[in-house]
Amino acid sequence: MRPAAPSAGWSRPPLIRNAWLRWGLYLGLGLYLIAALSTLDVNWQRVLDGVSNGWRVLEGFFTPDFTSRSRDIWQGMEESLTMTVTSTVVGCLISIPIGLGAARNIAPLPVYAVCRSIIALSRAFQEIIIAILFVAMFGFGPFAGFLTLSFATIGFMAKLLAEDIEDIQEAQAEAIRATGASWWQVINYGIQPQVMPRLIGLSLYRLDINFRESAVIGIVGAGGIGATLNTAMSRYDYDTAGAILLMIIAVVLVAEYASSHLRKWVQ
Amino acid sequence: MPVTTHNGQLLWQRRTPLTQWAIWFGWLALAVLFVLSWQIMNKNTIWLFVEDAPRQAADLLSRAWPPRWSYLERLWGPLWDTINIATLGTGLGIVLATPVAFLAARNTTPSAALLRPLALLIIVASRSINSLIWALLLVAIIGPGLLAGIIAIALRSIGFIGKLLYEAIEEIDETQVEAVRATGASGRQIMDYAVWPQIAPAFAGISVFRWDINIRESTILGLVGAGGIGLQLQSSLARLAWAEVTVIFIVILATVAVSEWVSAKVRAAII
Repeated sequence: MRPAAPSAGWSRPPLIRNAWLRWGLYLGLGLYLIAALSTLDVNWQRVLDGVSNGWRVLEGFFTPDFTSRSRDIWQGMEESLTMTVTSTVVGCLISIPIGLGAARNIAPLPVYAVCRSIIALSRAFQEIIIAILFVAMFGFGPFAGFLTLSFATIGFMAKLLAEDIEDIQEAQAEAIRATGASWWQVINYGIQPQVMPRLIGLSLYRLDINFRESAVIGIVGAGGIGATLNTAMSRYDYDTAGAILLMIIAVVLVAEYASSHLRKWVQ
Repeated sequence: MPVTTHNGQLLWQRRTPLTQWAIWFGWLALAVLFVLSWQIMNKNTIWLFVEDAPRQAADLLSRAWPPRWSYLERLWGPLWDTINIATLGTGLGIVLATPVAFLAARNTTPSAALLRPLALLIIVASRSINSLIWALLLVAIIGPGLLAGIIAIALRSIGFIGKLLYEAIEEIDETQVEAVRATGASGRQIMDYAVWPQIAPAFAGISVFRWDINIRESTILGLVGAGGIGLQLQSSLARLAWAEVTVIFIVILATVAVSEWVSAKVRAAII
């Protein structure tokens, strides 16, 4: 802070101290905005026309129609929910050995390298892109979605689990090791009790994420409520679309509430 | 840690029998739920296609490799669009989310009874709908193109930025607010000199973090018609031009890696 001259008063120091850098950043930002907005080709007539469409979507949201397509909606919801449960269970089970292998303090270097590359591969792409590939290989339907979500779960869970294991209190593992325990016993008695509460918490969190994702991968053919929503939108059936959106929001809210409560209870 | 006597010897167990039973029952319930879900999910699965998958995968790979690099020159335009969707969308999202965050924070909200629940509702609604679904809605409303993508990204970002920002606002040091108020500052001056400087680093960090996520999300918005590189992906997929799809995937991967690097650098500089 500058010493304030009595007459000039005090002025706040700027966020970026170097004036050249500061004005350079502002200038760069201005130039970018001009460049970006000038390539933005907006058909304003279409946007104006869309306002009435927007009203119809909103109207659909407030007068949701659960009945006329209830069979499709229930099937989509059933697919989404079962996909969420199975993929979370399978994904978490697979991510445990990979997470163990990706923790530098218990795994030898070659195993560590392999497991870390599996994690990187799983995290590199969006769920949607993985779903496109799995749909091409396994055909349309929730099975491809199940594989997609399981695959995405592995990267997420294994990475966080490995970081957890790397952060444990070494003293406890050391104490178990000092009793002459084997590798398995060290894992089971020295490490597992330390990471188990976090592992369960993370699985519940992932369950929540998997449901959200299951609501979109249907757009590329991988089953679930997203497919039903996509069909409803392309038929301009906004009442059904509104009903589906409301259901997605409701399930997400219930899942989030339940998972945060269970997490508090477990930890 | 219960200790029981067993044949005259002290026996230590980690849990009481009752907790042990409860835990076993929990696992059993999970297993039953899993089996049921598996059966319902696979009612309509055609296992013939699943068995066929390795052959399909090999076929796909043979078509996808080598990548058709000549396609790259037609991707620069869509890539620029994608970056614009993410950046302008994040900007718009920040502009919309900041007032919502101030309304949602317990210590800055003008009305805890009416406006705070409303702001929290906006945050929750925005977060529970994926950006691809926002894009699907907006394409139906204002037509396909970049604008739909930008608004979709912005609407999705409100929840994320709003939630993290209002938590940051609630965690500020109230004594600084008190000190500024004691000088006789107006509401606007309190905001400007006591609240804002405390949350500015968090604000910048959250914005950059969301920009990084938005780059990822904007790469696929084209699948529903909202512009960017996803549009090319859609057309290449429709033509089963897998060699082009490979090029697109590589470009997406490179873009995401660069954005991650940029956001890590900026965040390290701020914090």
